Amino acid sequence: MLIDWFTVIAQIVNFLILVWLLKRFLYKPILNAIDTREKKIAKELADADLKKAEALKERDEFQHKNEEFDRHRATLMSKVTQEAQTERQRLLEEAREAADTLSAKRHAALLSDAHTLNQTLRQRTQQEVFSIARKALTDLAAASLEERMTGVFIRRLYELDEQVKKNLGETFKTASAPALLHSAFDLPEPQRAAIQKALNETFSADISLRFETAPHLVSGIELSANGQKIAWSISDYLAALGKSVDELLKEKDKAEAEAQAKPEAAPKST
Amino acid sequence: MNLSPDQIIFWQYGFFKLNATILYTWGLMCVLVVGSILVTRKLSLEIQRTRWQNLLEIIVTGIEKQIEEVGLTHPRKYIGFLGTLFLFVAMASLFTIVPGYEPPTGSLSTTAALALCVFVAVPLFGIEAGGLGEYLEEYVKPTVIMLPFNIIGEFSRTLALAARLFGNMMSGTMILAILLTITPYLLPIAMSVLGLLTGMVQAYIFSILATVYIAAATRASKPKPESDATPAK
Repeated sequence: MLIDWFTVIAQIVNFLILVWLLKRFLYKPILNAIDTREKKIAKELADADLKKAEALKERDEFQHKNEEFDRHRATLMSKVTQEAQTERQRLLEEAREAADTLSAKRHAALLSDAHTLNQTLRQRTQQEVFSIARKALTDLAAASLEERMTGVFIRRLYELDEQVKKNLGETFKTASAPALLHSAFDLPEPQRAAIQKALNETFSADISLRFETAPHLVSGIELSANGQKIAWSISDYLAALGKSVDELLKEKDKAEAEAQAKPEAAPKST
Repeated sequence: MNLSPDQIIFWQYGFFKLNATILYTWGLMCVLVVGSILVTRKLSLEIQRTRWQNLLEIIVTGIEKQIEEVGLTHPRKYIGFLGTLFLFVAMASLFTIVPGYEPPTGSLSTTAALALCVFVAVPLFGIEAGGLGEYLEEYVKPTVIMLPFNIIGEFSRTLALAARLFGNMMSGTMILAILLTITPYLLPIAMSVLGLLTGMVQAYIFSILATVYIAAATRASKPKPESDATPAK
């Protein structure tokens, strides 16, 4: 007989005891430990998730703040840039205006300088020419020249227009003071007489004359009464010469100014 | 030659006796219980734990997983019974490497005792899960004609459980003993290794079959799995 029934009963009891003991000392504590650990890990994971979520939220917030800051900065930057641009424009405008003013002033000063120089040059030229002429004429001036001048003056008197003659005659006749006769040199008596005679003949009246010496005439004779004047002198010629020289210079200035204005205007048009 | 350790009797008083089967069973119980107490005395609840605790955790969770895979939805309820079945049979085989040891599972009395435990436990778990009526109803499914076959099946599978385990364990020991007399040295060692493997497989088969029977009894809605369909040695 392979089965011993006492052993069977004993083994059943043994097995049941073993089941109880192992339940008590093996399965329960081990499974509890595993459960506790799993709960702990789950809690830690949940905590980690929570922290992660918080961190994400904070990161988002931070990012948002950063973006706002960037936007604000960009706005400020553009505002400042615009202000700087406006200021720059304004300063440039001011500088240009100042430069224009300065340029205009300098131009005016230059023009004035040129004008003054012209004036001076003209006067100097005139003076030089005059002095040369005067010197030459003075060197040449002699009784014979005075005589020639007197002759020319008398001839002029005779060659006067009828209308002028009439006007002058009226003037001389109605003049209270004697007519003035200026000459560069003291006229000798015969010439004075010749002039007196020619006057009397020309205006058909007895004209009282006063002779005076006027060296500025250089060489010549000038008759004046009541604002009316009849004269012949080198000074007149010289004046005419001066006038033509002035005109010449003015034309030259004008031409130069035009020539300067053209290259200045050229770059502006481009 | 002894076919069973039952025949090695140390002490006898009438019906009561102390044979090798009972003695070695007590030894195995001591090893299992004392080992568990030693390890679980200072269990760590942290991530860090001892190697022994880790080993026990692997074994326990492994058993739990196996029970769950068979189809029992609450493995913790059955782990006491099924886990102890497996551990006892496995330890009985494992200790064959100790010279002079006779596995208690090599005795038909032990395997019959274990099979009887399963035989009683299956209806108990079944009635607990679905009530007596529902459990008894299983015997007349699909028709009443099946009732005797079901009852016969119930007994025959218990017998098969006991005989299968006994045959395997006894044969292993016997072959080893025979081989030792013919060719000592190398071949018995190889056979001993094979015996260890066989013992582990038997422990697995015995406990998994018990699990399948319980699962079938507790799930009335599902068709009963055929016990013979499970691979058995």
